[in-house]
Amino acid sequence: MADATAPAPAGKGEIVPAGLDYAVSLEASDLVSIDESYDLWIDGQPSPPAANRYIPTVNPATEETLSRVAEGGADDVDRAATAARKAYNGAWGKMEGKERAKYLYRLARMLAERSREFAVLETLDGGKPIKESRDVDLPLASAHFFYYAGWADKLEYAFPGMDSRPLGVAAQVIPWNFPLLMLAWKVAPALAAGNTVVLKPAETTPLTALAFARLTVEAGLPPGVLNIVTGGGETGAELVTHPGVDKVAFTGSTEVGKLIQKRLAGSGKRLTLELGGKAPHVVFEDAPVDQAVEGVVNGIFFNQGHVCCAGSRLLVQESIYEAFMDKLKARLAALRVGDPLDKNTDVGAINSREQLDKIGELVAAGMDEGAEVYQPPCALPERGYWFAPTLFTGVSQGHRIAREEIFGPVLSVMTFRTPAEAVEKANNTPYGLSAGVWTSKGSRILWMADRLRAGVVWANTYNKFDPSSPFGGYRESGFGREGGRHGLLPYLRGGGGQ
Amino acid sequence: MSAPAAAPLYPASPVIGPSVTPKAVRAYLRAVPAVDEVGAVERAAALASRSVKRESKLAALDLAVRLCDLTTLEGRDTPGKVIQLAAKAARPDPTDPAVPPAAALCVYPNRVRSAVDALAGSGVLVASVAAYFPSGQAPLEVKLTEAAWAVSEGADEIDMVIDRGAFLSGDYLKVYEEIAAVREACRPARLKVILETGELGPYDNVRRASMLAMAAGADFIKTSTGKIPPGASPPVVLVMLEAIRDFYAASGRAVGMKPAGGISAAKQAVRYLVMVSETLGPAWLTPSRLRFGASGLLNDLIMQIRWVREGRYQSPDYFTKD
Repeated sequence: MADATAPAPAGKGEIVPAGLDYAVSLEASDLVSIDESYDLWIDGQPSPPAANRYIPTVNPATEETLSRVAEGGADDVDRAATAARKAYNGAWGKMEGKERAKYLYRLARMLAERSREFAVLETLDGGKPIKESRDVDLPLASAHFFYYAGWADKLEYAFPGMDSRPLGVAAQVIPWNFPLLMLAWKVAPALAAGNTVVLKPAETTPLTALAFARLTVEAGLPPGVLNIVTGGGETGAELVTHPGVDKVAFTGSTEVGKLIQKRLAGSGKRLTLELGGKAPHVVFEDAPVDQAVEGVVNGIFFNQGHVCCAGSRLLVQESIYEAFMDKLKARLAALRVGDPLDKNTDVGAINSREQLDKIGELVAAGMDEGAEVYQPPCALPERGYWFAPTLFTGVSQGHRIAREEIFGPVLSVMTFRTPAEAVEKANNTPYGLSAGVWTSKGSRILWMADRLRAGVVWANTYNKFDPSSPFGGYRESGFGREGGRHGLLPYLRGGGGQ
Repeated sequence: MSAPAAAPLYPASPVIGPSVTPKAVRAYLRAVPAVDEVGAVERAAALASRSVKRESKLAALDLAVRLCDLTTLEGRDTPGKVIQLAAKAARPDPTDPAVPPAAALCVYPNRVRSAVDALAGSGVLVASVAAYFPSGQAPLEVKLTEAAWAVSEGADEIDMVIDRGAFLSGDYLKVYEEIAAVREACRPARLKVILETGELGPYDNVRRASMLAMAAGADFIKTSTGKIPPGASPPVVLVMLEAIRDFYAASGRAVGMKPAGGISAAKQAVRYLVMVSETLGPAWLTPSRLRFGASGLLNDLIMQIRWVREGRYQSPDYFTKD
């Protein structure tokens, strides 16, 4: 491959190539103020937890404790649900859609205006590269509020003949991979439809949700419309099982999703689940190769692979396998892993020690089972949680790394010979969230999309999100859709579903 | 049956084969991978978001000056104008000896002699456009005569245009033949082949034309004449760099890249340096493999260098206009 090993010929006026180093270019973090500790957010104001317990939240890139955050218990969940009910029965529930829309538009604008502050906070608390929180998380979060604000006064027209009244109080539990964006995915449609919300952010990434709560005060949102109960899994269990909750929306692991579904059986609560994935990325021999390499890299290394729709299984047609892998490996070597606040960082820190251990365990299993591992040479920082971009070749369908969601920067590569074989291998998973297809042949894209069992199929691109486009999976990837007009249904009485 | 075709007049190509026939050229181009427009545009935009600040910016600006092909290609060019530009190329910032000279001065064939005389001993090369620049719409004999004459006048480098009409009509062999013939006619000069990407249409064509030019012996491939908008654009340059990477992997021959047309801001040049560095590696960041074809760019580079060094902008009146 082309690299520094190719000597440049000497000649008239020649200089020795010195390369191009990027000086450290840190996003300023001084515009973010983080309190020493945070209480719960109930009825429009901070509220100390009944048990007076606080848990630390750390910066995964440095292992420094950023703040301490309240751990909510049963009493706290009850207070939050009561506040949400009061707001639903009160000002918010009586408000016309066109008035609700104004609050959502205001929140959308405020997020956009203060996006730098929120982006830095997201990166500090979660470890994702600043360029992603700046260019993806924040613009999309704001866009979701803008988009659903537009629906708030048009629900009857969106679903003619359907009962488009709200459900009541929505309990929402969100993951740590896109903390603020997942909040937006959940909160914007719920509020647009007229519900009130109790939200539990992830244990390791609560700070942007708490900052957002303070934003709602500036926006004048009536107290109790949005309540935030921080804590871990037990807090979440209290929340989803609370009798004062009408609807549960969960994004997270399939394991926890199954538990929630069991616990809610027979409760009459409506449920949507957005769970794990093991998405296939299918590259045909007539693919636009260089763009496919980019797409594959973006598919698995975006947000350190902490993405439920990450393209974690690469299926390459055998006829281009070697050439494709050469390009992919060269591209991996160009990824810049390091300080998430550096604007030139491509791959940031792993979100938590626990997740790092899980990735390490699965990678070790991959090696034990005989797959061949490749990692580009890259120096990882000494402190913090880091994992080098990794790819496995010689993977077979039976290997754990081909079946289990790793949720890290680890790609399992397999080959196929015919389109039918590609479909068979791609669908050979209990998950069904997303898939990618790379080919220059339009008819083959449609042929594949017909057969791939996945909620989203991207063609000649990957990880494209837009508030107007519904997102969600089937089988063990969950049910219900978020985004688009479809994303309103789970929050409306006539919306059906589980 | 017609008589068998005569043996080809042009040399064998290491990537096409010993016999360069229309069929062989077509087969070679068919194997060139497709380009997805959305993906190419996206990747180019992602590379443009790299942050190059402080000492790395200074190094990049300094390098960009060394890579400049300072250009004047106007009907009103005179020996006097060329002599002035030669002085600018040799000493871009007379007030700052630390600013290096440009790589070359690029002129029409008639102005080569003035440029050679003015640049004698400076280390700055003289490049001449050729092959019926900018249209390429002339018989091969005329193009060969022009290129050979420019070299006899002292040109170190020839920037030839391809026959876009032949390319778009599918006569790839004619394009190949002309490049290969000019290649022979202009030795020992270095050959840059201008694709005029603004006339080629989709990125697939840009990539195929790149592969064709390199197979035919181009030392450099260059985006544009500067006479047809749009000139160089980040996705076009990216597609050409990826072609260079493929050609290098297939043949072991390192071909250079010259974005030209519409590059007037230092920021654009720095972004192209990032793109080349991350696509082809640091070995390409040298004048034998990378040039910028521009006229206004040099002054902006000098202004930016002074800004990085002194922390403030100077009035344009403090920079020479040549």
